[in-house]
Amino acid sequence: MPPIVNPELGLIFWQVVIFGIVLLLLRTFAWKPILSSLKERESSIEGALRMADQAKLEMQELKAGNEKLLAEARLERDRILKEATAVSNQLIEQAKTKATEEGARMIEQAREAIQNEKNAALAEVKGTAAKLSIDIAERILRRELTDQPAQQQLVDSYLQEVKLN
Amino acid sequence: MKRLLIALFCILSLPVFAQEHGSAAAEGAKTEEFRPGDMILHHIGDSHEWHWFSTDNDHFTTYLPVIAFRPGKGVSVFSSRNLAEGKVYDGLKLEHEKLEAEDGGKVYDFSITKNVASLMLSAAILLLVFTAVARGYAKRGTGAPRGIQSFFEPLIVFIRDEVAKKSIGPKYERYMPYLLTVFFFIWFNNLLGLLPGAANLTGNIAVTLTMAVITLLVTLFSSNKNYWHHIFATPGVPKALLPIMIPVEVIGIFVKPFSLMVRLFANITAGHIVILSFISLIFIFKSVAVSPVSIAFGLFINMLELLVAILQAYIFTLLTAMYIGGAVEEHHDADYQMGGGDGADNAHAAH
Repeated sequence: MPPIVNPELGLIFWQVVIFGIVLLLLRTFAWKPILSSLKERESSIEGALRMADQAKLEMQELKAGNEKLLAEARLERDRILKEATAVSNQLIEQAKTKATEEGARMIEQAREAIQNEKNAALAEVKGTAAKLSIDIAERILRRELTDQPAQQQLVDSYLQEVKLN
Repeated sequence: MKRLLIALFCILSLPVFAQEHGSAAAEGAKTEEFRPGDMILHHIGDSHEWHWFSTDNDHFTTYLPVIAFRPGKGVSVFSSRNLAEGKVYDGLKLEHEKLEAEDGGKVYDFSITKNVASLMLSAAILLLVFTAVARGYAKRGTGAPRGIQSFFEPLIVFIRDEVAKKSIGPKYERYMPYLLTVFFFIWFNNLLGLLPGAANLTGNIAVTLTMAVITLLVTLFSSNKNYWHHIFATPGVPKALLPIMIPVEVIGIFVKPFSLMVRLFANITAGHIVILSFISLIFIFKSVAVSPVSIAFGLFINMLELLVAILQAYIFTLLTAMYIGGAVEEHHDADYQMGGGDGADNAHAAH
């Protein structure tokens, strides 16, 4: 065999020894820490990505929840406004009715009082007129007994007094 | 990519070798004749010294330690300076870079050769670089990567997601350290091999053989019942054909790592040979006028080699992952049906 394709024992020996040592040393001090760091980094990146996705999802959920809440609040507000309008209308209506009734009642009372006063006044006028008549009659009767012109004058003066009254 | 390289290699290197033989025959009498074949083989081969460069008078060379074991004589360790230029030391001499005993006895050569030194250098670089990367992770935890960490992270993640997870399936984690080490070891050494004056480590058959055998052992030790069932009782094959099928499948077990070994070796060596061939053209034609062409083509191939460096590391890793995947898979679903054959087609399909 030409020397170029004839493997030498010495080089094989050294290759086995040195390659073996390099393999063992690199395995312990290089490949294992490197590969485990790579793995760790990859898993941490993966974890971070997954967390980001989750956060995004949560954000979306939160946003959707907020919107729902907002829509509900809006509906509630509308409902409350509507109810309040209804209630106020009702109240106004009630007050109006009550006021009308009260007015009517007060007018009725006033009318009754006026009637009573009128009746009382009429009765008093009647009494006073009767008393005056009696008084006049009494005085006439008293003067008649004395003199005729004086009598007349007296009647006139009395009548005048009545008129003044 | 690989086919393109081989085609380039075939077209461009043939004239070089022809030239060599022609000139060797014609001017064989002349001494100091430039022989590109020898020069190239010397450059891609291993050496007991690290030769950086030479000037007219001086050689700049680092002499590396020789470690020899001889049965009965024990281990001897000394500098390769003692063996330079054919000198004999302690009964040992170098014959074409091969350590031999003077008395013809058996010698086991465990020298720190140029390739071994380069191997140690690359091991140190790998350890420095990846402990620095790991420190980045320790410091920043799950934070964003920075500096050297952010350069290597995509590659590590690519090997994990595109190679290991897809080829091995759910049990990929056990094999990640091996796959990552193989990928970066081959890539770094391919790049180191492209530097001027550097060794051709991943283009050395001993290195690729060792890595392929480790892959084979990992595959065999992680194999499950399904894997052996497919080899010795391939589903859907008539009983009468089993005597043919079983040897084919058994050979297949060994062909897979063999293809790994040859692919890496051939790709890297071919690249080096092509670059060296272009540079040799200058010396073959003995003309400076050729150098722009040589440099342009050499530069182009060098750029190509940068791509091949990572591509071959990827292919070796991918096929290793596929072989392991074939051995550990539980159910034969279509996605993972990659265990059969050489696997090279899958690799091409993967691009």
